[in-house]
Formats: sequence, structure tokens, C-alpha cells
Amino acid sequence: MVTDPQTAQPTSTRSLISIIGASSLGTLIEWYDFYIFGSLATVLATKFFPETNPTAAFLSTLATFAAGFVVRPFGALFFGRLGDMIGRKYTFMVTLLLMGGATFAIGLIPSYATIGFMAPLLVLVLRLLQGLALGGEYGGAATYVAEHAPASRRGFWTSWIQITATAGLFISLIVILITRTVMSPEAFDDWGWRVPFWLSIIMVFVSYLIRRNMHESPLFAKAKAEGKTSANPLKDSLGNKYNFKFVLLALFGATMGQGVVWYTGQFYAMSFIKTVCNVDALQSDQLMSVALLMGTPFFVFFGWLSDKIGRKYIMMFGMLVAILSYRPIYERMYQTTNLANKQEIPANLTVETVVVANPDVVGGSITTKTTTHHYADGTQLAEVIKEKTGPGSTTGTLPPTIKKTVKLNDADRWTLIWLVFIQVIFVTLVYGPIAAFLVEMFPVNIRYTSMSLPYHIGNGVFGGLLPAVATYLAIQAKTANTTAEAAGAALPFTAPYLEGLWYPIIVAGVSFVIGMVYISNRKLVNE
Amino acid sequence: MNALKKCLGIVWIGLALLCGYYGITALGLPKLTSGHTEDLVFGIIIVFILMPIIVGGLLTFGYYALTGEYEK
Repeated sequence: MVTDPQTAQPTSTRSLISIIGASSLGTLIEWYDFYIFGSLATVLATKFFPETNPTAAFLSTLATFAAGFVVRPFGALFFGRLGDMIGRKYTFMVTLLLMGGATFAIGLIPSYATIGFMAPLLVLVLRLLQGLALGGEYGGAATYVAEHAPASRRGFWTSWIQITATAGLFISLIVILITRTVMSPEAFDDWGWRVPFWLSIIMVFVSYLIRRNMHESPLFAKAKAEGKTSANPLKDSLGNKYNFKFVLLALFGATMGQGVVWYTGQFYAMSFIKTVCNVDALQSDQLMSVALLMGTPFFVFFGWLSDKIGRKYIMMFGMLVAILSYRPIYERMYQTTNLANKQEIPANLTVETVVVANPDVVGGSITTKTTTHHYADGTQLAEVIKEKTGPGSTTGTLPPTIKKTVKLNDADRWTLIWLVFIQVIFVTLVYGPIAAFLVEMFPVNIRYTSMSLPYHIGNGVFGGLLPAVATYLAIQAKTANTTAEAAGAALPFTAPYLEGLWYPIIVAGVSFVIGMVYISNRKLVNE
Repeated sequence: MNALKKCLGIVWIGLALLCGYYGITALGLPKLTSGHTEDLVFGIIIVFILMPIIVGGLLTFGYYALTGEYEK
């Protein structure tokens, strides 16, 4: 039991629950703020990053990549240093306010049409501040909770912090869904998209009020009272060979593998279902939500289990089963939605053509032809061909856009839910115990800095790059097949859609070997 | 186990060099020179962020392993 030096009392379970609640709420709001930008990316692009302006498009890509990948580790260093010098409580209070302020301000920026180039520039700056704040928040919350929890139950208590990332994504989607529902599409497009950003300030204020009354972490307060805090945490953490080797071990033996498993199970799965399997967007979101909901309690379960049998083997088992099963799982997902495996009912084929005036071209029109194929098992395929024509022209002035959308029957939908659920279980295996694992790897005086950096490089850089690298690999394989087919040669890839999985498989594979060989399964290294 | 930890140090150093070579020649440079805006940002991140972390980090990790820093 940890004794709180400010009250001279052991931290009771009731106190711990309020500490977890306050810490988790703030972290959840930060994840909400971070994801709201991604969830509204399509709307934001039309308001701030018009495709016709290459500089704005460049800033858009920069905002997407830089905040997630480059800035988060810097946030970890900057706020980690502060947290190890002045305390966990004040530091993660600052990150909360910074994140909330930046999110709220994004909702206030006039569009590109109103203030021109300043609009995307301001969004980029605020997005970078969001990334910086997120980089500082997680380590602070995890450290704060872990330092309050009894050493024998750290895995269980910190696992509640681990839920917040998934929950934050959920809440962002729900807030957007409600906002869209209560107003017309025109109103949402005009100003309604700003509401989820504005709501952030209320949530942050509530979280601030709750966190304000919390005490400093007892272990940090004790270290500070004894004059044992670090005067230069960056130097002591990264400039000290003894500690730096553990930072590298945490990165390559744990967080790197955890990051790719996390992103594969939650984001790549969603992208694969939508873009490769062409499943209807609403149906994809629904099935992802169900799978995530079903899997979420396992974060706590595996956190709890790690207190009993150690962190290492749970995380390593998660990586191993992920490595071995990703290709069969994705092959099954692909074949479940593969229309070549289904029998079409030609008699039920429907074709609908709608012609409307083109608002961008005087006298022009937009022709939308929707062909719906029906299959014996209840699956539907809608092929939508949209063609824009100029005045007096019978042929398209631009190449037509073709979109295919598959609507699954209930059985196939549940097959996909279970396949995603299995991947979410892998996520909970590697992610549930990792906060406790990282906290225990480093001493109190440099803990915030030391654990934040490998976490954000592993999760943000290795994990965050996954969608881009995996998509690149899959496109390369597809291109190679197309080239070979044109030349009449044998196809080099039998399943090009699975090639993107080599990135998470290799990264998690290397992490698994390093983790198994170099990491100890001892439950506690540092108090 | 300590001997294995040391021997694997060579593997990590080799892996770092291999990743650096293929990461830059097969992934980074084609993106940097493709002429597309999205590719440019991706290429910059691969060449200037991901590769230094992988190559520098794994080289140092391999060196530490080889010199017995991770022995019990």
C-alpha cells in the first residue's frame, strides 16, 4: 500500500477510484480532442484545406502527419521534463488545458474562404499544440495513477487509463453522430461541425475542476520532500547510459510492437473493411463499434492478470498471436466480402439514373447512375457512376467517378465483427499491461520523461505510420501484379491486398524477439 | 542467455543497416522524388524521422547488447 505523505494515510481503494476517475476523464478528453480532428477530417478539408491550393493541401498533410508522428515525442520530452521537475499533477493539468484550448480554438477559426491562407496555417499551429499536449498527457496520467496504486495492483489500476484511447475515439464518433442527427446536413456543413470542438472546452473545464483538488503523486511528493528529484531529467534519462539502455529496450522490446498491433487492430482493420472490402461506411462504423465495445473490458482484465503473472508474457503472447494470425484473419475478412464467392440473382438487378444541374458549371449537369446487384445470401452491391457534363456536351468533361459499396448480410457482418474483435483482443493483450510495465521500468525521479518518450515513439511513429506504409506496400504489390499481367507473366503476388500486413508482422516480430530475450518478467523493478 | 543476448547484438546492428538501406532507397527516396505533395511529407517523415530512429536506435541497442549492457 502506498502512503500519501500529504495525508500520512495509505491510499484507500475509494481514493484510488476517484484518482483513477479524475485521471482517466482528463486523458479520455485529450484523446477525444485528438480524434475529433481526424473524425471530421473530410469537413475540415473543405473548410480549411482546399485541394485547388497546393500549399493548403501541403499544410493539410503536414497537420495530419506531423501532429501524430513528429510532435508527440517532443511533447513527451517537454512535458516529461516538467513532470519530473515540478510534479505530475501540475504538468498534466497544463497539458489538459493546452489540449482543450487548442481544440476549442480550432472551432473558432474562420474558413479559408473568409481569411484565406491564415486559416490552414492557424489550424496547423493548433494541431501541433494538440500533438504536443497529447505527448505530455499520457505519461503523466499513467505515472500519476501508478504512483498512487499499490505496487501489487498497478496493472489493474493503470489499465483504466489504457481504456481511454479507445473510449476517446468512441465519444468523438458519438458526439459527431448526435450533432449530425439534430441538425440538417446544410447546417452541419455550415457551422455544426464546430460544435464538437466547442464542446471540448466544457469537458476540459469539468475535468479541470475535478483534477484541481487532487494531491500530488505520493511517490513524487516523497522524492521531492527528500530532495531526490532530478534537476535535469532529460540528461539523467537520455544522457545516462544506464537509463538510456532501458529507454531503448522499452521502445524496441515493447512499445514498437504494441504500437503496430494497436493500429492494425483498430485503424487498419477499419480502413481495410472500408477501402479493400468496400463495405458500406455506416455498416463498417457500426461493426467496428460493436467489436471495440466487446473488446474494451479486456484492457482491464489483462491489466489485472499482469499483476498476477507478470507483464512480459501477456504482452509477448499478444504480439505472437497477432504475428501468426494477421494474414489468415485478413484473408478471411477479404473472402467474407468477396463477391466472387457469392451467387448473384440477375433478375433482381436494379438501375437508377438521376440527372441534376451542375452548380459549378453553367448549363452543365451531373448524372448519377446507381446499379444495385443482389446476391442469394442477401448481400448487395451498389455501383455508383457519377459523371459531370458541360453544356451541350454528351460526353463527360471529366472522367466519371465510380464507387462500389457492399452491404453485408447479418451473418457476414457478424463474421467481420468477430474477426475485428479477435484483433481488439490482441490490442488489449499488448496495451492493457504496458503502462504499469513502463512505469516500473524507470525510477521516480525520471519516470515521466523516460516512459513517455518510448511510448510516443512506439505508438505515434511506428504505429502511426502503419496505415501509410501498409497501404504503400499493398499498392506496390497490386501494381506489380498489373504489370506482370500486362506482360503475360506469372503474377508475383497471389494476394496483393495482404502485402500491407508485412509491416506490422515484421515490426511486431522484431519487438517480440527483443522482448522475449532482453525483458525480464519480474513484476516490479522500481517503486 | 547472456551469450545469446550478446550474439543477437550483431543481428540488431545488421538489421539497422539493412533497414536504413532499404528504408531510404525503396521507401523514402521514391516518395521524395514522386512529385506529389502527400508523398513529399511522407518521404520526409520516412527519411528524416523514422529511419534515424530505427537506424540510430537499433545500432545503439545492438552495440549495448554486444557489449553486455543487458546482461543480468
